[in-house]
Amino acid sequence: MTWQTETERIADRIRRCVLDQTIKSNGGYLSQACSSAEILATLYTHLMTLGPSEGPMIPPPFTPGTAKTHGRTGGVYNGAKAPHLDRFIVSPTHYAMAVYAALVATGRMAAEGLEQFNLDGSSVEMIGEEFSPGHEVTGGSFGQAISQAAGIAVARRLRGDSGRVWVFMSDGEFQEGQVWEAFSIMAFHKIDNVAVFVDVNGQQVDGRMKDVMDIGSLAAKLMAFGAEVAEVNGHDVGALAQAGAKRPSDRPLVVLCHTEPYRGIALLKPRYPNLHYVRFSSDDERNLYRQALNQWQEN
Amino acid sequence: MQMLKRVHARNLVEWAKNRPEVVVFSGDLTTSCEVDTFREVYPDRFYSMGLTEQNMMSFAGGMAREGFTPFVHTFGVFMYRRALDQVEMSIAYPNLRVRMFGFLPGVTTPGGATHQAIDDIGVLRVLPNMTIVETGDATDVESVLDVTEGVDGPVYVRMIRGEIPRLFPATQPMRLNTARVLSQGEDVALFTSGICTEEALRVCHLLRDRGVGIQHLHVSTLKPFNDPVVREALAKARKGVITMENHTILGGLGTAVAETMAEIGCGVPLRRVGIPDSYMQGSSKPFLMRHYGLDALALVAQFESLLGERFNISESQLAEVRLGTYYSEKQQEAL
Repeated sequence: MTWQTETERIADRIRRCVLDQTIKSNGGYLSQACSSAEILATLYTHLMTLGPSEGPMIPPPFTPGTAKTHGRTGGVYNGAKAPHLDRFIVSPTHYAMAVYAALVATGRMAAEGLEQFNLDGSSVEMIGEEFSPGHEVTGGSFGQAISQAAGIAVARRLRGDSGRVWVFMSDGEFQEGQVWEAFSIMAFHKIDNVAVFVDVNGQQVDGRMKDVMDIGSLAAKLMAFGAEVAEVNGHDVGALAQAGAKRPSDRPLVVLCHTEPYRGIALLKPRYPNLHYVRFSSDDERNLYRQALNQWQEN
Repeated sequence: MQMLKRVHARNLVEWAKNRPEVVVFSGDLTTSCEVDTFREVYPDRFYSMGLTEQNMMSFAGGMAREGFTPFVHTFGVFMYRRALDQVEMSIAYPNLRVRMFGFLPGVTTPGGATHQAIDDIGVLRVLPNMTIVETGDATDVESVLDVTEGVDGPVYVRMIRGEIPRLFPATQPMRLNTARVLSQGEDVALFTSGICTEEALRVCHLLRDRGVGIQHLHVSTLKPFNDPVVREALAKARKGVITMENHTILGGLGTAVAETMAEIGCGVPLRRVGIPDSYMQGSSKPFLMRHYGLDALALVAQFESLLGERFNISESQLAEVRLGTYYSEKQQEAL
């Protein structure tokens, strides 16, 4: 089996896992899994150099306190912090379900862990926080994680670490002014150990970005802000891997991954463009999705 | 009273010498925030962040997570106002060691509403994990860095700059959550902070001559606010309590004292001297202090209202008061 086949299999599992949990929870961020499955799968299986998970297979419940008092963040699921190892920063943590599913699909968390999704008292929160599995910072207020990642990257540069800082973002976030401040500062300070993968699904809560607030060409804007930019089909694991293998010497890398918000789950298509959070309107609808899950042909 | 210039500029360079984890961020206000000397001496530990305040606060959070201690320098308003969500989610929520040096408190700038931090304490005091300290003289400015050192979380430092007085002996540093007791007396407990302490000292000098017993405390820690010295002073006040602050009377020192009075059942009247519930205009410090009721005469008026007496204190009498160096009462006894 080639690595591509294996990575595609992981992507498939991410979608199936999120579909399963969305049915169980009668709602979830299903569309985000559809668009980002190959991106997360390629990052986890091919691009990021991570150590084995150091988190318990079944995540502990939420306990008050901070990363400092607990001595760890949800980043433990992405392995130890070490000079040669990479770090993974999730910015739009509404993708938490897809991130949890990626952890399950790559054997970093048990499937039972995902079943705690959005339950009272659980750390597997609906919108990921820094104690949630796979999450190292609190990114849910958009545009902040990229600046935090830049700070982490500069600290790593000062220490002489060879590992990279990978950041997962979504295109809607680029409406936030802070994102552009962050890219300006990374170009100015020549921060080159940051690689950003953007799920360009053209979607935000109110609908299509084109209708809510079109921001034009992300590639042109990012290049003007001094980033190295690649544009790829976000469902093509080979193209994703090739784009991420680049490491520019004096600037951050951004891979714009063009995706479909209903990819792999055709049932979602009629809801387009209202896909931000999928909640079933009736038992009949929920049963349709259950049927789709039962008929899912595992790759 | 001795006046000193650019105390922070000198002090920070010396203090940071053997602290390689300290990095300085500047939001395009390097000389204005007295970190130009730091930039010259330690260029590798100085980060010019330009006008990216939201980014600057989150970036500081990222570096703090990696064990560095960012000292963020800009005007207070551009942190607690412009970048509050970033201060909260990137710094306060994860309880990170970021030091925010907020310059231009209240009346200390003619820059108008955009530059005057009149509500920073009120806004930041409600943030979990936040520590807030305010400087009132050169000794406070010199010792506030040691105060921050012991706090394993974010600290907002309300800074004064330029030419500043030395009110307190250099040998008596600021201490966290410990007010300086400047005089003892049983009639009125007077709490002042920041630049207001100097103004209040003139008033106290004259009122003591007129037989008013004043316990005067200089408060430098606004959060936490559970200093036993403050509680003792409140318990002893027979006729009333007055607060005086370079901040709106909502949310700052006056409010913190009111909360404490309610908690301990201190049943005497409270008068709050400060900026009324209002934005200010761009004008000189003396003009603003007079116009918005933050000067010595305004304080005298509150003493008169509280005690039901007229003290006949004139502006010229206040101006004639020569301020010395104020040893704290307890430390004075130890001398």
